[in-house]
Amino acid sequence: MREVDRRTKVSRRKFLRGAATAVPTVAVAASVGVSVEDAWAEDATTLSPSTLKTLVKAARDIYPHDFLGDSYYITAVKPWDARAAKDPAVKAMLEDGVRRLDQSARDRFQAAYVDVPWEADRVVLLQGIEQSEFFKKVRGDLVVSLYNQQELWPKFGYEGSSAEYGGYIKRGFNDIDWLPKV
Amino acid sequence: MAKFDLNDDSVVVIVGSGAGGGTLGNELAQKGIKVVILEAGPRTELQDFINNEWESFTQLAWTDMRTTSGSWRVAKDFPNLPAWIVKSVGGSTVHWAGASLRFEPYEFHARTAYGNVPGANLLDWPITLEEMEPWYAKAEDRMGVTRTNNIPGLPGNNNFKVLEAGARKVGYKEVHTGRMAINSEPRDGRGACQQIGFCFQGCKSGAKWSTLYSEIPKGEATGKLEVRPNSMVLKIEHDASGKVTGVVYADEAGQMQRQKARVVAVAGNSIESPRLLLNSASGMFPDGLANSSGQVGRNYMRHVTGSVYAAFEKSIHMYRGTTMAGIIRDESRNDPSRGFMGGYEMETLSLGLPFLAAFLNPGAWGRPFTSAMEQYPRMAGMWIVGEDMPQETNRITLDPKAKDKYGLPVASVHYDDHPNDVAMRNHAYKQGAAVYEAVGATVTYPTIPYPSTHNLGTNRMSEKARDGVVDKFGQTHDIKNLFVSDGSQFTTGAACNPTLTIVALAIRQADHIAGAMQRNEI
Repeated sequence: MREVDRRTKVSRRKFLRGAATAVPTVAVAASVGVSVEDAWAEDATTLSPSTLKTLVKAARDIYPHDFLGDSYYITAVKPWDARAAKDPAVKAMLEDGVRRLDQSARDRFQAAYVDVPWEADRVVLLQGIEQSEFFKKVRGDLVVSLYNQQELWPKFGYEGSSAEYGGYIKRGFNDIDWLPKV
Repeated sequence: MAKFDLNDDSVVVIVGSGAGGGTLGNELAQKGIKVVILEAGPRTELQDFINNEWESFTQLAWTDMRTTSGSWRVAKDFPNLPAWIVKSVGGSTVHWAGASLRFEPYEFHARTAYGNVPGANLLDWPITLEEMEPWYAKAEDRMGVTRTNNIPGLPGNNNFKVLEAGARKVGYKEVHTGRMAINSEPRDGRGACQQIGFCFQGCKSGAKWSTLYSEIPKGEATGKLEVRPNSMVLKIEHDASGKVTGVVYADEAGQMQRQKARVVAVAGNSIESPRLLLNSASGMFPDGLANSSGQVGRNYMRHVTGSVYAAFEKSIHMYRGTTMAGIIRDESRNDPSRGFMGGYEMETLSLGLPFLAAFLNPGAWGRPFTSAMEQYPRMAGMWIVGEDMPQETNRITLDPKAKDKYGLPVASVHYDDHPNDVAMRNHAYKQGAAVYEAVGATVTYPTIPYPSTHNLGTNRMSEKARDGVVDKFGQTHDIKNLFVSDGSQFTTGAACNPTLTIVALAIRQADHIAGAMQRNEI
């Protein structure tokens, strides 16, 4: 059966630092990945680096995939900065949401959200704010902004667009080989 | 290409270009009758279709504001998206899966067959399967349905093979790759299926039948059919005698236009069609057009639906190939010993990764959800489609507050499951899981209904004017030159996918309209 190559493919289109700049940091760091520690958040115009980094951590806790590097979660979360720049209500919702999350983390675990070491504990904090507009909006956006990244698809064995390759008629549409004989 | 004058009151105006409207338009044009189809959406052609779920959704889906209420989960998870249907020339025949099944005989007289089901507004159709047979035959030939007309069945893809193996192990007998309006070999000037796997995003090979590239161009070639896209019909007008005289629509530029008509046929799918009749209320018809029965908008049905996905130890890649060419028909019989009236079909289904994330379990998050997503390449999937009970309180009304960009009330969709629906769905979840467990599924995921792709019943057929909106030919009881041509005509929903029946009814209705016009009855 034809399997799907799970390795990261370098995308010329996808820049973490914005389409205008020349150097694709993803391409350079393809095998290492960009992590939450890197300087990507310093480029934000409206949200603070610490707010963005908390959002990225929360994004991973909302949809945890251990085999995904931070770059996918960063890509998913980054657009909130532009939306916050355009709409003060969005900025307030995000900053307020992160502030409350950090407060509940300090109350319960004496640490900021990003510094609470166990995911299970951070998930308890997220469950505490599950009904908030902040959580609903962030999660609702994430389900598209994370899973709609084309670079991420091969990691889940999904191949994306097909018509330009002639469909699957010659590419294994019926090549399953492990079923019992009918 | 035909172009008819706005003041030409000899034309038939059809609202909508889908399975009903597109078929009716071509049929009438072939008979030499002048037709104007007014389609709310743009004319997106085959070469424009996109093999990308969210991009395609943005391109094709009807996303005009609607509101919802009722106990159904869709009202909670997708409050402004009760239905996933198409706003484009071709209507929902652009994104449909192609499943083309005939009703069972008793499904045309469900009230007699099921008896009085408390809380359900069951009614027999004023037609029998016997009367429909020649029209079904014409529709199957027109659409190129596999396993009819000497057309071979499609080859089974990986997702089908899993379903088939499990079905046989469980003891199911009627299992095959479906009766699909998708060419298994070249036919009618369209190529054979390439197993592209993006059936829901518009068929880029044209193998799947759609009024967009099958009926409409044939109609246009006669010189008698004019299709005006980006034309949103807002109101149907009538004269002092109660005869409809034409429609008012917003054109491409947003300007109001009035197209006169000898006959008007409404085929805007089951949410917009009753909305249009209700929004056409006048001094003479204060409850909306054709609504003396009060049934316009009522008896909204969306089929008992749901999905079962399952994870296995080894790869399947269910997205490779046709989305729905696979079926188990054994449960589509009527067998009250199972605990419900009516039956259901089990059909293969696959979603891409992005849509699975959105619809596997709306609102879910955390590891229980992500561990399911990580099974993706080892997943198989099926969709359940069964007969839901018509209820008078399941209905389309005009929203009291929300208005569209023309200032008209938007449609509000209310739906509660009937206990019969719940019992059927639970049975189907169990059976679906059993099929997959029989061939080694390690986890199964019963999945709740998506925004409705089958929308029926809101202008239903009835023998008596007090029980419904239209007669056996889709002619409204109240107004002779006003017709309904889409799935809103359905008296009851039956277990199977509706498109073949809509097309058969449209071909038959064209015959009736042409005859009535010739005899100067309308």
